[in-house]
Amino acid sequence: MSRIKKAFDNKKAFIGFVTGGDPDLETTQELIPKMAEAGADLIEIGIPFSDPIAEGVVIQAADERALSSGTTTDKLFDMVKRVRGKTDIPLVFMTYMNPIYTYGTEKFTKKCAECGIDGIIVPDVPFEEKDEISGACNEAGIELISMIAPTSNERISMIAKEAQGFLYCVSSLGVTGVRSKITTNISAMVKQVKAVSDIPCAIGFGIATPEQAKEMASCSDGAIVGSAIEKIIAQYGKECVKPVCNYVSKMKAAVVSAQ
Amino acid sequence: MNEKKGRYGSYGGQYIPETLIPAVQELEREYEKYKNDADFKRELNDLLTKYAGRPSLLYYAEKMTKDLGGAKIYLKREDLNHTGSHKINNVLGQVLLAKKMGKTRVIAETGAGQHGVATATAAALMDMECEIFMGKEDTDRQVLNCYRMELLGAKVHPVTTGTMTLKDAVNETMREWASRMDDTLYVLGSVMGPHPFPMIVRDFQKVIGEEIKVQLMEAEGKLPDAVIACVGGGSNAMGAFYEFIPDTSVRLIGCEAAGLGVDNPKNAATIANGSVGIFHGMKSLFCQDEYGQIAPVYSISAGLDYPGIGPEHANLYETGRAQYVPITDEEAVDAFEYLSRTEGIIPAIESAHAVAYARKLAPTMDKDRIIVVNISGRGDKDVAAIARYRGVQIFE
Repeated sequence: MSRIKKAFDNKKAFIGFVTGGDPDLETTQELIPKMAEAGADLIEIGIPFSDPIAEGVVIQAADERALSSGTTTDKLFDMVKRVRGKTDIPLVFMTYMNPIYTYGTEKFTKKCAECGIDGIIVPDVPFEEKDEISGACNEAGIELISMIAPTSNERISMIAKEAQGFLYCVSSLGVTGVRSKITTNISAMVKQVKAVSDIPCAIGFGIATPEQAKEMASCSDGAIVGSAIEKIIAQYGKECVKPVCNYVSKMKAAVVSAQ
Repeated sequence: MNEKKGRYGSYGGQYIPETLIPAVQELEREYEKYKNDADFKRELNDLLTKYAGRPSLLYYAEKMTKDLGGAKIYLKREDLNHTGSHKINNVLGQVLLAKKMGKTRVIAETGAGQHGVATATAAALMDMECEIFMGKEDTDRQVLNCYRMELLGAKVHPVTTGTMTLKDAVNETMREWASRMDDTLYVLGSVMGPHPFPMIVRDFQKVIGEEIKVQLMEAEGKLPDAVIACVGGGSNAMGAFYEFIPDTSVRLIGCEAAGLGVDNPKNAATIANGSVGIFHGMKSLFCQDEYGQIAPVYSISAGLDYPGIGPEHANLYETGRAQYVPITDEEAVDAFEYLSRTEGIIPAIESAHAVAYARKLAPTMDKDRIIVVNISGRGDKDVAAIARYRGVQIFE
């Protein structure tokens, strides 16, 4: 069983996102194993990009902080390698196609495998363009995580049938960021997926409170939280490890209670 | 060229979030339905002829020709269109299409404000709600154009993320579209972005080259030897080039903004300095660093101040069908002043990049040769900036 599959094995998963290198690589390196200890089942590491078109203001700012602290793709690979020595938690990179393409797609996925990355999420590579990267992922044994959105409708089964790892279900229109209310009928989306595939479905975009996490996890296989964590990192900077971990424990408990 | 997949050679594609895919697919479907629809074509033609003032003139620049002492120079006067640039051709098409699609709201990015003003104009005419996203740097530099858009009933959102210029305005318009697409169409301003935008914008702009061909045939009874246009994203150039692509005797020359020089970091010359990347929905050439972070670019011309180029241009470059030359700020400003004094035509600073290259090329060609320069817009908007460039402190 792949590490990603294990994260969902007989349980609902709490997935945390951090932008690699925010506020600096040392902090991220310390944060990831601690988030795992605090209960995160899978961690997404954002490779910062100058122009993250699927992100709201919180993660845009996180990317800017990470880039201005001197984070590069190579430095992130080195950091992941060091983290991998300390934890067995599934790690997934989330970034845009340009940093991958420019690095060399095959070189990138090979490097991911070497460093212990389990999967990649690329929000600007939809189903129609996944040939751009899927071959290199398969070759390197990296799972390519697909996304479905509230607009996907009849596209859902086509995407779900070929999905790997877990399916990232986008809860709302627009970009990432904390929302007071999620209005999409998530159960219906998940049902459409489950009709054609047993792939785990995790819900992301807009989840910030334990109540939301519980609600989302109760109709799916897990909850993904990014902006709410990045807000804590923005507030505490290098001192963020403890407050982030406190938050992760609370959110994990909420997800578990949805079991 | 596989138009169905929106590819131009290896360039193009639809690299956008899943949320937006149904929206671009809807746009493609509706465009394919309407583009050959008799009513749509008639309505668009009426707008172009009775509202925008098409066909635009093809003017023989006799004084410039004599002064340069080589090839005959014709100017395609897109500056004479309503709103003062070629941008109106595309927005009339796209806003009419939006209307047919049942949309009630259009959104658009703008750099200097030309596309924003054109979109706000078409929206006013066709009773659409209109919101324009413009980098904070540009709203500060182009106060007059912001007011103009508001006068036309549009809402202008200053974009404060990233470098606060055109690329960030595109990012923000895409984000806005992803959050509201039921009643809203993104009216993209250039031959860039995800398919079908590069194709749709080119189709609405190709009237420029089609008119050039007919008008020059009437005037000279032959094809031009070269067509020159400035290139940012590349819509006026694609509009001028497209008709001539099969006519291999016609040289197609795009002029990029080299800012302070191609060897200086302050430039926006994508073909000269860029490399292949995937950004803003398309595989194309971009100014970027070794890790694929998009580079901040610079040009005196806000309309050419973009770190990428449309995918069809990238392919025309790769196949050798078109050539692309860098023009510096200094050369463009010289050409801006030159055309003003020589022909009494003040070109947009963007278009002045094309005039600058014509000044270099014409003297190397025989007198029986013909160059057509696309004057994509008028220069009124640039007068204050050029004055400041020359040390005269005029502010709008």
